[in-house]
Amino acid sequence: MSLAQTQSVAEIKARNKELIEEVLKVYPEKTAKRRAKHLNVHEAGKSDCGVKSNIKSVPGVMTIRGCAYAGSKGVVWGPIKDMIHISHGPVGCGQYSWAARRNYYIGTTGIDTFVTMQFTSDFQEKDIVFGGDKKLAKIMDEIQELFPLNNGITVQSECPIGLIGDDIEAVSKQKSKEYEGKTIVPVRCEGFRGVSQSLGHHIANDSIRDWVFDKIAPDAPPKFEPTPYDVAIIGDYNIGGDAWSSRILLEEMGLRVIAQWSGDGSLAELEATPKAKLNVLHCYRSMNYISRHMEEKYGIPWCEYNFFGPSKIAESLRKIAGFFDDKIKEGAERVIAKYQPLMDAVIARYRPRLEGKTVMLFVGGLRPRHVIGAYEDLGMEVVGTGYEFGHNDDYQRTAQHYVKDGTLIYDDVTGYEFEKFVEKVQPDLVGSGIKEKYVFQKMGVPFRQMHSWDYSGPYHGYDGFAIFARDMDMAINSPIWKKATPPWKAAPKPALMAAE
Amino acid sequence: MTQNADHVLDHFELFRGPEYQQMLANKKKMFENPRDPAEVERIREWAKTPEYREKNFAREALTVNPAKACQPLGAVFAAVGFEGTIPFVHGSQGCVAYYRSHLSRHFKEPSSCVSSSMTEDAAVFGGLNNMIDGLANTYSMYKPKMIAVSTTCMAEVIGDDLNAFIKTAKEKGSVPNEYDVPFAHTPAFVGSHVTGYDNALKGIIEHFWDGKAGTAPKLERQPNEKINFIGGFDGYTVGNTREVKRIFETMGIEYTILADNSDVFDTPTDGEFRMYDGGTTLEDAANAIHAKATISMQHYSTEKTLPLIAAHGQEVVSFNHPIGVTATDEFIMALSRISGKAIPEELARERGRLVDAMADSSAHIHGKKFAIYGDPDLCIGLAAFLLELGAEPTHVLATNGTKQWAEKVQAVFDSSPFGQNCHVYPGKDLWHMRSLLFTEPVDFVIGNTYGKYLERDTGTPLIRIGFPIFDRHHHHRYPVWGYQGGMNVLVWILDKIFDEIDRNTNVPAKTDFSFDIIR
Repeated sequence: MSLAQTQSVAEIKARNKELIEEVLKVYPEKTAKRRAKHLNVHEAGKSDCGVKSNIKSVPGVMTIRGCAYAGSKGVVWGPIKDMIHISHGPVGCGQYSWAARRNYYIGTTGIDTFVTMQFTSDFQEKDIVFGGDKKLAKIMDEIQELFPLNNGITVQSECPIGLIGDDIEAVSKQKSKEYEGKTIVPVRCEGFRGVSQSLGHHIANDSIRDWVFDKIAPDAPPKFEPTPYDVAIIGDYNIGGDAWSSRILLEEMGLRVIAQWSGDGSLAELEATPKAKLNVLHCYRSMNYISRHMEEKYGIPWCEYNFFGPSKIAESLRKIAGFFDDKIKEGAERVIAKYQPLMDAVIARYRPRLEGKTVMLFVGGLRPRHVIGAYEDLGMEVVGTGYEFGHNDDYQRTAQHYVKDGTLIYDDVTGYEFEKFVEKVQPDLVGSGIKEKYVFQKMGVPFRQMHSWDYSGPYHGYDGFAIFARDMDMAINSPIWKKATPPWKAAPKPALMAAE
Repeated sequence: MTQNADHVLDHFELFRGPEYQQMLANKKKMFENPRDPAEVERIREWAKTPEYREKNFAREALTVNPAKACQPLGAVFAAVGFEGTIPFVHGSQGCVAYYRSHLSRHFKEPSSCVSSSMTEDAAVFGGLNNMIDGLANTYSMYKPKMIAVSTTCMAEVIGDDLNAFIKTAKEKGSVPNEYDVPFAHTPAFVGSHVTGYDNALKGIIEHFWDGKAGTAPKLERQPNEKINFIGGFDGYTVGNTREVKRIFETMGIEYTILADNSDVFDTPTDGEFRMYDGGTTLEDAANAIHAKATISMQHYSTEKTLPLIAAHGQEVVSFNHPIGVTATDEFIMALSRISGKAIPEELARERGRLVDAMADSSAHIHGKKFAIYGDPDLCIGLAAFLLELGAEPTHVLATNGTKQWAEKVQAVFDSSPFGQNCHVYPGKDLWHMRSLLFTEPVDFVIGNTYGKYLERDTGTPLIRIGFPIFDRHHHHRYPVWGYQGGMNVLVWILDKIFDEIDRNTNVPAKTDFSFDIIR
């Protein structure tokens, strides 16, 4: 049993507050003042977690955040499989984001699907000096010739594009016309825009609105026969197959998923979405924008859901079913009942091994709250959490539905703060990203990557929960953690001390 | 239901279940507006043809699957090779997240680096304030002995002047005036990660030797007997650097490894996180000016650094990622010549063991055709070793290779009868390589992790050597330099060859007459 378990909430709160004071001491005064606003201890009953968010990172600290390009290319657009996404600018951005997020998809790569490829304009000095528009136009011609089965092109702008004033919109329009109306989407997601990847999500959403939706004639007939049960999955990137293990549940309860955004997604699915009867939204942070737009423009309601862990899955299935008739409501109950034995078996197997263990999280914009329920289903407690790029509405949702009194909250945590927090709180598990993984493992703290599922997954849905439980068990109970200290350096046992 | 609590199925098995297969088939048919399968097949076949290859090679603007990264990555890689040093990248912060992830994914190690987090306002007004605040924060928080500054493309496009900015930051008290803040301009739109390594290392050496950006007198060279050693941008830095140290020590040579990042990318798991570990001491970096000579293992990683060193009066020698007998011989003999120390019998015996191993196994490699891609120096090292084994490095490709590099590779081909039908491809990418592998097939391809797409599409077995290697673990702990390193490379190649032979012979009652237990 960890340290946290042996203390009262009041003691934990006092310790956490002290801890925050302590980490702030290392900064110059001005920085300490800025960082202080991002660190807090959650007070039960408060409307949010009491931290500022979505504000510029402090220069010179090790922020975990990425950039707008990462939000657009890496998250929103990149997984759309039948389009070619040009990383427009120097070679690095596309190289570092090349197939790194494990957005699973089915298709013949290089022929009719392109997700795990890196298309770049590989800017050279002359492109910076003379501008890259002509090169971009030529790139599109070459794409048309060498990859004739692509269903569309996007231009993912890297930093220099905005700085040198290239007109990627004009090039895109011109080329679209030339190729008989092909969908070509310029995306102004230069890395210096905004304070994190979050703005990139917003910009990408807007580009879908402007360059995909607005191009569709309002009276165009749907490419399929609509049904009253048509829904779209919004904000699932199919990491390790997450969207698939989610989709199967929606379909089993009688709904028809007409589009998947954007993991394993296609342009046709994006175009079909305004015909949905309901948009079900998993990653609120990255795709609430387009969901709100569809609500306003097409009158499509949307609802958030959480498919981590049986408690939240059941809650979410019922919530989604609430938008439909009894057939779907019964379908939801049937699905919940069908998987109950599996969930019982998973919990019976893993809960005894995980009960009472504590977790500290730091992930992007959704998981720092959404996975809390899954940990609780296994008898575990999340004692600290925070977002890389969450906004105030994320912290409201976290406070009102997920975290317990006294939880340590850290927004845009710096490497230094995170290390100190973990050192002092001594959780049994840390869940964060690749940049954090090895830091904590060196410290002897079990770790799971909660962006990529540590190359495992899916974690969404009932099938995913079994994997989640197995993986947390294998991380925490791996025999290796007992080996971190050499036996000759281990603290002597009390009995031995007495004998001396 | 396929899932099972007692035997949990993850993505490897789960989605092969009939219910998922059915679901995915429905999705495709009803909603994806898929292309006609016959058309997909037609284009797939067409993309294998000489006609497609011709169009592919006619590309002028588009780059597909390049085998190179950008300058700042190399700068970060070089900077962490100095004691207590944190790399500080001036520009947008997302870049730093990428460099750190990239290095962590290769080495399975933490990678520490900070950014000045420039955003829109800095794009308009310049990043001076970010530098002033950033250096102060880094200094107080991570207590480094040195902060090594480099840039991203953003800072370069707006023209931020590092020298002036650092000076101003010091005046404003961000760090003490005498504190070491070497810098290098490393625009991502020039060269590649290899260039960035070179620029950063040059910046650091220049800083220590040439008066610390005007804050100290220039150092006077007082020649001694030491030899400086530079590894270059090297995915095997952990294994290689240690092997080279062993060779120096075996020969009794006093040495300084410049940018020795072998420890920071190989810290133990013992309950402590070491942000800084090992590295060239700042004192050694300064004193390296007095050395007799500097040896670089990678010419193209040190194109600017070596002339700077030579200008200070030292002999400089560079190699091209030496792998195998001859290349190691040349390295060892250069060491001996420069130091005046005899080559010890121990190294001669190691050499004999590598020759022995090659003699034992060369029959399996002789005449086999290989495609190689990677950084310019690595390509030369591997090509030369293959020729030594009697193999043909048929296609040698470096996206960051220049025409001059290509001439050098051609000279390597010309040195051996096995190089007769071999070709070099500077500035080409892995989509070009794909066409080459379809139209002029080879037996094996050697390259980094991205080659797994080539292996899948063309059926050419991939031997993973290079950077980055994300999907296999711990190879970076083994040297590829020295006779021991040659042995490792030989074994990696042979393992793949034998795996392929087994795969091709294991069909019972059809091909298993050759499924031999002795090879």
